[in-house]
Amino acid sequence: MIDATTLLLVVSTLRLATPLALAAMGELVAERAGVLNVGIEGMMLTGALAAFATGTATGSVALGCLAGAAAGVAMAALFALFVLRRGADPIVSGTALNVFALGLTGVVFRSLSPPGSGLERAPQMAELAPGLNLYVFVVLALVAGVALFLDRTRAGLSLRAVGERAEAAHVQGVAVLRVRWAAVLFGGACAGLAGSSLVLWISDTFVEGMTSGRGFIALALVLFGGYRPLRILAGALLFGAATALQYRLQAAGSAIPYNLLLMTPYLLTLLVLAVFAGRVRAPADLARPFSARE
Amino acid sequence: MNHARALAQPVVAAVVALAASAVLLAAIGADPLAAFAALASGAFGDGVALENTIVRMGPLLLVGLGVALSFRCGIWNIGGEGQLYMGALAATALVTRGFGADAGAVSLPLALAVGTGAGALWAGIAAALRVRRGVSEVLSTILLNFIAVLAVAWAVHGPLQEATLSYPQSDAFPEAARLAVLPGLRRVHAGLLLAAVLPIAVWLLIFRSAAGLRLRAVGLSPDAARYARVSPERETTRVLVISGALAGLAGALEVCGVTGRLFENLASGYGFTAVAVALLARLNPLGVLPAAFFFAALASGSGAMQRVAAVPSVAVQVIEALVIFFSVSFALPKSRAT
Repeated sequence: MIDATTLLLVVSTLRLATPLALAAMGELVAERAGVLNVGIEGMMLTGALAAFATGTATGSVALGCLAGAAAGVAMAALFALFVLRRGADPIVSGTALNVFALGLTGVVFRSLSPPGSGLERAPQMAELAPGLNLYVFVVLALVAGVALFLDRTRAGLSLRAVGERAEAAHVQGVAVLRVRWAAVLFGGACAGLAGSSLVLWISDTFVEGMTSGRGFIALALVLFGGYRPLRILAGALLFGAATALQYRLQAAGSAIPYNLLLMTPYLLTLLVLAVFAGRVRAPADLARPFSARE
Repeated sequence: MNHARALAQPVVAAVVALAASAVLLAAIGADPLAAFAALASGAFGDGVALENTIVRMGPLLLVGLGVALSFRCGIWNIGGEGQLYMGALAATALVTRGFGADAGAVSLPLALAVGTGAGALWAGIAAALRVRRGVSEVLSTILLNFIAVLAVAWAVHGPLQEATLSYPQSDAFPEAARLAVLPGLRRVHAGLLLAAVLPIAVWLLIFRSAAGLRLRAVGLSPDAARYARVSPERETTRVLVISGALAGLAGALEVCGVTGRLFENLASGYGFTAVAVALLARLNPLGVLPAAFFFAALASGSGAMQRVAAVPSVAVQVIEALVIFFSVSFALPKSRAT
């Protein structure tokens, strides 16, 4: 029989792993198509605000989720416009997107709820059992779907070809840029959905900068998982568990100051990167611009 | 590229970014002209406002210089904020716990040196991770930002908290460990003179020294550089450590020259603004001066914009991001993606 503490840990692990797994799956698809998207943090944050605004205005969780994903797609389109259309550096553009999202969500949030107007609560995604709701099933479906898509479908093969050898794929008749656009927009939808889960499940309100690095942890998880969906899911669960444990220690009044406990996910990410980054083979054409005119 | 175009492009980028932000401001129901007028008067409406802008310029200038330098080498140091925080933390630890009431003539230079060293070390972690373990500095420097901000929060709630334990902040620095305000001025401190000279030093380093040639060679093509017996690993480490040192110095100057103590949110967002500074300057160390002034004006005018025109001060970040977007729409060197 599982005792109450363990159950709580499992529940909060599932909750904390969900946004990471969602965002990482989107990043995985973008990277396998050869696009390094450093802007997922910003896409998540925008998705969180859109979910909050729509959720509070309509009272509908479903509309909140949709708005979150749509906002992620819109930000991804902006990113793609600069990186794929203009050939701008993905790292610079992604960084700009993150700053843009911080500023934009700050402005919009403050004009939605001016200081002193009282906190509005977003509607919450219902749980079938503690820690289990639609988000968890979406994650599972996404992991299975992405794995099958990449390994078992012709379109998945084309997408991987675009990431490994864009020139060769182009010669074979694959529309490289179109595939990359689709992959980036899909990644944006996943990141936006991940952001919505922060507001509609994990916390019930929006806080400026509330993603607090989850987008970057998701980026690291893709490396940690060696570009494989199942391993990325395992990594997300590991991170969820570590963060849950850290919160548990805080609540239990640990002797370790809470600011040091809060470092756990970032230190763990650095550690994971130090161990795995050098061993993983990234898609060969990752972050290389492609132009059909050349 | 000729000089006229090199000068015109950043101006065009800034103007287009401001115009785009005006559209966004109008979209949320604000009056863009009133907002910009309030911003301008808050940034340089009178002597005090102008001094505030110049004081804000210091850290942006130094961190932006570091970003420009590292990006010349194809290295993407986004960790200026963390390096600045570690510089401020180390300088504060030395001044309030090392010297305390015994602060004397050597305290100030030592505090600046220790802050500089701490920033260099913090960036050195990212360098070691990149060179030895193949970890992209984009991720490591961002993660180190979060850790540094939490380290400062821990310090001011714990070992470095003021003696009265009233607020989460350090004790105030003794007079001997503070940078003097320049004669006839109210806020502009002596450290800003140092900050104003460093762009020239970095320009000479990049464009007039053998070391600068090596790091630019690595930025253009690591493989070709290796062929010419220049080690990309060594240049990567060097460039990250120097840019971290500049950010660490910025942190030490903030606590010794501006705030006189350490607290949370000392300079949040400076790391990203510095990226905008470096890009608007087109990675030219001399261009960092006007670019830092531009962003310092935005930052110091944002408070007035919020008060007078009721536009949230975070709107400035939107302008920053747009400047980066429009700057990268013109040709810029590519980062060495891992």
